[in-house]
Formats: sequence, C-alpha cells, structure tokens
Amino acid sequence: MKLGDRSVRIAVAAAGLLPLALGIYDFARDGLGPEPVEEITHRSGEWALRMLLLGLCITPLRRIFGVTGLLPHRRTLGLLAFLYASLHFLTYLALDLEFRPGELAEDLRERPFIAVGFSALVLMTPLALTSTRGWIRRLGRRWRKLHWLVYPAVVLAAVHFVWSAKADWLEPGIYAGVAAALLATRLVPMLGRKWPNYATLPPARSAGDKASNARAKTPHANESSPAEGKTP
Amino acid sequence: MNQIGKLSEREVTDRDLYLRRRDFLATGARAAMLASLPGLAACGGDPPAQASEASPPAGTRALAHVVPAPERFRTDEPQTPREDATTYNNFYELGTDKDDPARNAHRLRTQPWSVALEGEIAKPGLVPLEDLLRPHALEERIYRLRCVEAWSMVIPWVGIPLGDVLRRMNPTSKARYVAFETLYDPEQLPGQKRRVLDWPYREGLRIDEAMHPLTLLAVGMYGETLPGQNGAPLRLVVPWKYGFKSIKSIVSIRLQADEPVTSWNQSAPGEYGFYANVNPEVSHPRWSQARERRIGDWRKRPTLAFNGYGDQVASLYAGMDLRRNY
Repeated sequence: MKLGDRSVRIAVAAAGLLPLALGIYDFARDGLGPEPVEEITHRSGEWALRMLLLGLCITPLRRIFGVTGLLPHRRTLGLLAFLYASLHFLTYLALDLEFRPGELAEDLRERPFIAVGFSALVLMTPLALTSTRGWIRRLGRRWRKLHWLVYPAVVLAAVHFVWSAKADWLEPGIYAGVAAALLATRLVPMLGRKWPNYATLPPARSAGDKASNARAKTPHANESSPAEGKTP
Repeated sequence: MNQIGKLSEREVTDRDLYLRRRDFLATGARAAMLASLPGLAACGGDPPAQASEASPPAGTRALAHVVPAPERFRTDEPQTPREDATTYNNFYELGTDKDDPARNAHRLRTQPWSVALEGEIAKPGLVPLEDLLRPHALEERIYRLRCVEAWSMVIPWVGIPLGDVLRRMNPTSKARYVAFETLYDPEQLPGQKRRVLDWPYREGLRIDEAMHPLTLLAVGMYGETLPGQNGAPLRLVVPWKYGFKSIKSIVSIRLQADEPVTSWNQSAPGEYGFYANVNPEVSHPRWSQARERRIGDWRKRPTLAFNGYGDQVASLYAGMDLRRNY
C-alpha cells in the first residue's frame, strides 16, 4: 500500500471530517458550552487554518525528507480547509450578522481583520472549484499558476487569526510561526532541490564563492519535473 | 421578557422579606450573614481566623439574610444560569480561554483577605475584608452584564454599594478618581506567569461614578459567595460599563487626584477607553457594539445605551463627547 492510495485518501478525508462530526455531536448533546456560536466560529476557523497548514506540509515533506506519494492528499486537505472556512464564514454571516448585508459591507469596509479573513476565503474559492480532474486538465499549466493563490490565502488566514486575538497572541502566534516556516521552505532555493547526488557533484568549492555556487545550482533547480517542481 | 427598564419584583423579590429587612439588621442577622462568608469568620464574637494556616480551596458558601435591593437595582429579565455565569469567564489571571478560570480557580486562596485603602483618605491602611464589610448590609442586585466582546448575562449579585464604603473612608477634597488593583500572585493566579497584560490588573472610576448608587462592591452571586473565577472574594460591578471595568479579586482601593492607568486601556488604547460605557453607537475597532448575544440565546438583541441604565447614569456624562471618551 502506498501513501497516495485511494484507501489512504479516503482515510485522510474521513479523519479530516472528524472535527465536523464532533462538532455536530457536541451541538446535538448541547456540549458546545455557554456560547455555542463563539465555539463553532473558533473551531471552524482553527480547523480551516490547520487544514491549510497540513496541505502546505506536503511539498516540503517531499523535498526535504523525500516522503513521496502524499501529493493526492493536498486536494483533500485543501477541500477540507475550504469546507471549514466556509462553515466559519457562514456561522459569522448567519449567527453574528444574521444575514444583514449592510453589516457585512460595514465589516468589510471598516474592519480590516474581517476583510483579511474574507479575502482568504475568496482566494480559496476558485481553488476549491478547480480542484477536479477535469479542471486540472482544462487549465493545464495555468492550473498551477492559479493554485499558487494558496500562499496568499494562508498568509491572510494567519493574519486574520492573529488580528482577532485580544492581548493573548500565543496561540495565533504559533500558527503564524508554522505558516511562516512552511512558506520559508519555498523561498530557500536549497530546499527546492532534490537531495544532490554527491557522486556526480564537482569537487567542493571554497565556502566564500557564493555567487558561482548559486549559479551552479540553477540547472539543478530546473531539473525537477514540472509536476513536482513548483506546485504549492 | 425583554422589557428592559421596566422592573418587577414579582419573580425575584420576596416582598415580605424586603419589608422586614430592618428587623434582620436589628437582630444581628448581619453577623450571621458575614460569618457565612469565607474570610469573614472573624466577624462579631467569633474567634479570629487562623491567618497563618492555608485556607481551603475556594468553594462557595451560601450567604444568609441578604437584603433584596430596591426595585431599580433589580431587572426582572431571566437570569443567566449559574452554570453559564461560572464557566464562561474572562479572568485572564486564571487563563485566557473562557473555561480556564473555572478550571484554575481552586488555586486562588481567598482567606485571609485584606484590602489596602490608600491615597487621599483620612486613614490609609490595610483592612481585613471582614472589617471592610462589617458596617454594611449585603444586598442582592440583579444587573445586566455587557461584555465588550458583545455578549451579555443577567446576574444576581450580592454586595454593598461602593459609595457607602468610600464615604466611610473619608476622602479628602483631592480625591477625584478611584483606582483598584487585583491581587498579584502568579502562584494563585497562574495566568500572571505570562505577561498577557501588565499585571496586576488595574481599573478605575471617576469619583462620581464610584459614588453612584448602581456601583456595587460584590462579595457574592446567586446567593452564594463569589467563586474564584468570578473574582472572589471581592469585585467591582459597574453595570452600565463594559465588563472589563468590573475588576475582580480586589486587593487595593486608592483615591487619587489623577485619572488612573487602567489595564485594557494601557494594552490597547484604541480599543478600550477609560470610560468604557456601554454604547451601541460606538463600535469597537474590530466589531460592532450595536447588538449583543445574551448567553443562552442564538439570536442577538440590540444593545442599549449605558446597558439600559441611561435613566440613572446618563447625567454623569452630560456635555461629554462619548465618541471621543469611549
């Protein structure tokens, strides 16, 4: 059995739906505490961010640790993130704003913390819609460009969480730190390559010769196949 | 049920008890009532409390012979279930999640408890809590509590008017503000181990706000002593202001000439003002204050100016720009 097998994918999806199932169970047994709306809002928002971050782990796991076969789970995790983000937004829309469009407009206009979170959901929407095989085929190379939007979406989601906090930034700070670390792995060129085959490397250069070092790396970076090179 | 401002004693006041309240006081019921408070055992002829011994973890005890307050201090709206009011708390000294305070409250030792009376008063000094309370009759008052986070509760408090306590302190003519401080002890209040706010928690009132008959120094709720998570053994209740003004576990009351530094204002001056009067017209920068969710409700309800106490307190702010003085 491989990590990307259908059975594993189903297991990941089922596990990802457990928080929702638990939420429904808690709702049914009146176990969401004295302020259920706040509890639903917090849980759904945090799970959306967790799913986004888990999805962002897959590429560095492959590039840095050589774990292959996880790629199919990115779609599952991305869709779960979108599901929880949608629940988060709908809770706010239905139970906080009680479907008053004027208040939504006011929040988006005057409260950047809301606008930032809303933008994250807006960016995630086309990604969820184009996650099917058909759309991947239809969009071709443009699909990858489009799905690069997950990066700003994660940044916005983390900022939204930090911004929502009142004096105690520990927990949102941890999430923001994890997001920053995962994004940083994309920026460090060394981590963007497969492990070098030391047998075929030219003799070691002096440590100070960084410029030629970087130049020498460029062809290697291009070696990785498009399918695994620059995907989110 | 939503007839805010229209008060009735039908549900909550034993009229007979109310009418006989002076008999209770005259017959020494006060002593019995005070003796039932933890930390108040030294009252009357009882032997003094063993201050050196560790007190039991903060449990609550029933308060006997509490006098119902006049009608204008008792809303007849449905009360928040005690369970909710004691498990959904903002008391960052006991943790920043809403259910943290109830979990950590057992660390708080409320016996013995003393309050430092300081500043512009006749005789500054450290006063045992039971001595501070002894001259006063405990009243039950049912107030709306509106949190700055846009939720609210209805809580039956037991306490004494702050103004009565302040008058006994004989403030000097320089006393224009009252400053309060919460206990600072990271062992008892483990939330203080992290500098979420600049501990100890500090709050303050203008002297006329402090003297206002609505302003209560509470020692109990739901007929019992305060649980730790609700600010045992002594807290402030200012029902027309956002909840963070109602400082918990008070160890210091200082009268002074200048406006005191207050914790949330110091932490985020753009979000939390010194006055913090409940005002549906003035939004918090991150959310509207126009509506609130009463704990237990799914639907929100409109927030009332001064939390519905405008007829009693609006005159305190005549001529003030409440948008600037939020």
